[in-house]
Formats: sequence, C-alpha cells, structure tokens
Amino acid sequence: MNICVCMKQVPDTNEIKVDPETHTLVRKGVPSIVNPFDTYAQEVGVRLKEQLGGKLIVISMGPEQAKEAIKSCLAVGADNGYLISSRNFGGSDTLATSYILSEAIKAVEEKEGLKFDLILCGKQATDGDTAQVGPEIAEHLDLPQITYALDIVEKDGEIQVKREYDAGYDMISTRLPAVVTVVKLPYEPRYPTIKSKMAAKKKEIPVLTEEDIPSIKLELCGLNGSPTRVKKTYTPVREKSGVKLAGMEAADAANEVVKLLEEAKLL
Amino acid sequence: MSNLNDYKNIWVFIETECGKAKNVGYELLNVAKPLADQKGCPLVAVVIGKDIEGVAKDAICYGADSAIIVDGPEYEYYTTDAFTKAMVTLVEKYKPETLMIGATNNGRDMGPRVSCRLQTGLTADCTGIDIDEETGNIAWTRPTFGGNLMATIMCPEHRPQMGTVRPGVFKKGAYEEGRTGEIIKEDIHVAPEEIRTTLVERVSEIAEAVNLEEAEIIVSGGRGVGSAENFGLLEDLAAELGATLGCSRAVVDAGWMPHAHQVGQSGKTVAPKLYFAIGISGAIQHLAGISGSDTVIAVNKDEDAPIFDVADYGIVGNLNEVVPALTAAFKARKA
Repeated sequence: MNICVCMKQVPDTNEIKVDPETHTLVRKGVPSIVNPFDTYAQEVGVRLKEQLGGKLIVISMGPEQAKEAIKSCLAVGADNGYLISSRNFGGSDTLATSYILSEAIKAVEEKEGLKFDLILCGKQATDGDTAQVGPEIAEHLDLPQITYALDIVEKDGEIQVKREYDAGYDMISTRLPAVVTVVKLPYEPRYPTIKSKMAAKKKEIPVLTEEDIPSIKLELCGLNGSPTRVKKTYTPVREKSGVKLAGMEAADAANEVVKLLEEAKLL
Repeated sequence: MSNLNDYKNIWVFIETECGKAKNVGYELLNVAKPLADQKGCPLVAVVIGKDIEGVAKDAICYGADSAIIVDGPEYEYYTTDAFTKAMVTLVEKYKPETLMIGATNNGRDMGPRVSCRLQTGLTADCTGIDIDEETGNIAWTRPTFGGNLMATIMCPEHRPQMGTVRPGVFKKGAYEEGRTGEIIKEDIHVAPEEIRTTLVERVSEIAEAVNLEEAEIIVSGGRGVGSAENFGLLEDLAAELGATLGCSRAVVDAGWMPHAHQVGQSGKTVAPKLYFAIGISGAIQHLAGISGSDTVIAVNKDEDAPIFDVADYGIVGNLNEVVPALTAAFKARKA
C-alpha cells in the first residue's frame, strides 16, 4: 500500500502567549512542531506500510524551515519527503492550499513512479483549526473520504475506518484510493531512535515549486486562488474575573459556590 | 464566476439522521433570522434525509420562511458522496447567497466537499456571524490557534458564502406553532455506485449517545480524578444536576472513559451553560474545547492550575471531598 501523508508544521500552541499590552499573539521564540494530528496520520500510515509493504511519502507545504518537520517524519518511518514551497503559494486559504497539495500529490506520484492508495491527513492543524484541507484534497482528486478516523485497518484490498460517533464509532469501509483524516489512535506515535534521527538528518528533501508541478494553474494558488479574506484578527478579551475559593472546608466552599451560582441566577 | 447578484437568500442546512434533526440546524435558523431580515431576503431551511417532512415543518416553526427538502432512502445515514451531490445540485439550481452548516463531524465533512466543488469560500467552525456594514458580506468570526486568536473572515467575490457554525453557541428560537411556509420537494437521487463509502456497523460503546455538543450542563473530569472508579463521584454530581459526563484527553488515554466523552481539541467542542472542570489542569487543547461555555466551575488541588484562569468559580481543594460536598449542596438546595 503506497501512502501519502500530508503534514503541516505548526507553532506549538502550548507555548503561545498573548501579549498583555498589545493583545497580540507572541509568536517569537515559539517552537515549531509537526501538527499533532498529523503525527497520528503518520503513525497509522507507517503501521499499514509495515503490514502491507509499499512506500510512505510525506509532503508538506510551507517555508524552507518546514524541512525540519519533514525530517522528523522521516525519522519515524516515512520513506521520502517533499517540501512544497513557492512565493506563489503564499497567502493560500484552504481551497488554494488543497488545490496545490492535490497537484503536488500527482507530481510526487510521477517522481516516485507509483500511485498512492491512501492519502492521510490529520483531522485539522492546531493553528488554523479548519479541518477543511483533507476533504478538499479528496474533492480535488475526486476520491472518497472518511474524516474523524480513530483507526484504520486494511481488509481485502479495501480499508475499514473507525469513525468518531456520539456513542462510540461507526465502522465505515471504502475502496482505494481514498483520503482519510485522523483524529486519534488507540496507540501513541512512536519515537525516533538516535540512528533513525541521524539517517533522517542526512536525507535530502526535494523542494517542489510550480516548475516541478507542470499541471498546476497559478491563478488557483495563493491569494488569487483564495475566495476567503481575513478581515481582522484579535485576541479574545476575558471579561469575567473569576472567584477562587482556597483554604476552605470542602462543605463550606461547595455551599458558597452554590450560593454564588444562585445569586448570579445561573441555576 | 457568474454575476454575484444572481445569488439570493440565506440557507441553513438542517442536519438529520434517521429522520431526526440535530439541534444545531434550529440554532442556526435563529442566528440567521435577523440577518435575513436585515437583508430583506427569505430564510430557507434545507433538509436532506429520509422521512423528513416533519423536520421541514419544524424548521418553519423555528423561523424559516420556506424549506427545500431532498428525501430518499440513500439519505437515512450521512454519506459524503450522497449529501455533497444533493447539496451541490440544490445550490446550482437555486443560487443562495449564503449557506450555513452546523459544525458537527458530518457538517465539517460535507462543507469543504461542497465548497470545493463549487469553488467558493468556506469559513470553519464559526462562533460569530454578522453582516459587514461596508460591503453587505457575511463576516464570519472564528477561533484559531486553539482559541488564542479570533479571526473575522469574508468571502467577497464568490457565492454562496459558506460557513460551518459551532453547535451550542447560539440558542434555538421559540417554536411558533402554526407558522407556515412553502415546502419544496426536490427529487435528487444518488445511485448506490456513486456512494463510495459503506457504513458497515455502528458500535455503541456506551448505553446512550453522549450528546456533549447540545448539553446544558457538563460535569467533566481530568487526570486528577485518579481512577475510573473515582468517576463515580462525578456521576453522582452529574445525576444530581441532570448533567452530561465529560472528560479530558488524559482520562481517555488512561482508559477510564470512552472517547465519546472527551472534550477538547481532539474531542468535542462544547458550549454548555455550566461546565464543571474537576481535576482538569486546563491544557490549552482542553480549553479550546470549552471556550463556548457560559460559566466554568473548577475544582483542583493545584492553586496555580491554568483552569483557574478561565474559571468563573474555582475551589482549591481535594476533589474527593469537594465533589461530594457539591453534590450535597445542590441536593440541599432542591430540598
């Protein structure tokens, strides 16, 4: 089974702080990581590859710096990685991003001399939080999709996907090729070894620009290809200041909170 | 792109399953109603499903001026292919100016598929919807960076303007018995071979579906609860309040609760009136899922836990003592 993992390098949102004076995000010095949901996509992909054979290729659209994130995927089981990068791709919304990625996937298939059976994405990136790029890639490539996957198994040349559902999960099958977006797995992604890290570090990461993706239409990339525009951004202001009860007997504290809730007409 | 002025009306997609509507569709009617009034255009409910005429009538009672329904056995359960085809066919025929979809798993599965096929813009998981005074475009506001940043997004030159909207953020309007409107039936059918996914089975891991997204009160536990057995304390409190049980990711990872109860970035996004965070430290991924809560009550033994920064009421203490005390206090209030 040949697998493509679409990965995004994101700022570690655990480390993001809001400047109390300017109310803007402080991004300086914030470390970049592989989008956590993409690490699940990568892990389930590697397990399928180990079980069934084939190649796992990771692609990422972003600046030069995203090569680091690609290398961390190579260190945990990806065979090759490609960075999709060009000035013309900057400013893309999800429609343009998914278009570029879908065209890049075709170009990578050419370069690698294979066809992908499965395209995996994390359910969403933790910076944009849209969860749109995966389904839009599926649409551009006219493939079936299953979103919110909790696990993927292969069965008789098809896949069965556990899809998140209110009371448990739906088991959904689809033929291949297909696109699956992953929300969580029953196991944790593996860690790299020193040896695998060293090998990944040495590996060349080819950069694909529009010149390497012959079929791409530039008018569908970047700002030109993006129907949405960001009008403004702001950091949410917390209007409420909380009441914190410390050092009280449990019963007293509980009664006090119930009384406060009642006074605030919240019950 | 054809003339933008050809596109009229505001549409709300009413998600159904087995003929039953999800609340979020009705919530969206309530938020879209004043926008439609402001624009002087009709508000149209779009229902795709099986045996849904009753839902269409309800949608009108919840404020829609008319409804378009697509009824068929292939729509009993959601599939990407069937629902996308039906919705795209409707949009191409009627040309709505705006299309709102509830940001449920299925809504967020279908939305990007539809917008991409139509080559228009879609704004994900919105928590605010207004009309931009200058341009008359819809201004969609949504949290990004796990809720650390809000962005207002517009789709100026493509139609329809599409957005998925977070469940529970807006309240349903009043049900006006006897309110009438036209119900248009559209005959759109999807051949079985066009539907490329198959629902093999639905596995319920718990007796009753956990409807965290629509819950008014949630009692949620974190790693601090300590064990699966100890969730009994939270169950007692939840039973007293008629609340739904939630939990943090650590609890699911530890195997104490099934994933269906998980709140946060890799679980459900919730918007209850009261959210009890018990033994939850307040990692940003968890906070991202509870930012729509009206009131947060936190219990934690660590005075510096980040959950207290977002809590309206906090108790620093041992949850093994505080939670039963809360249960008793709520019980006493009722007596």
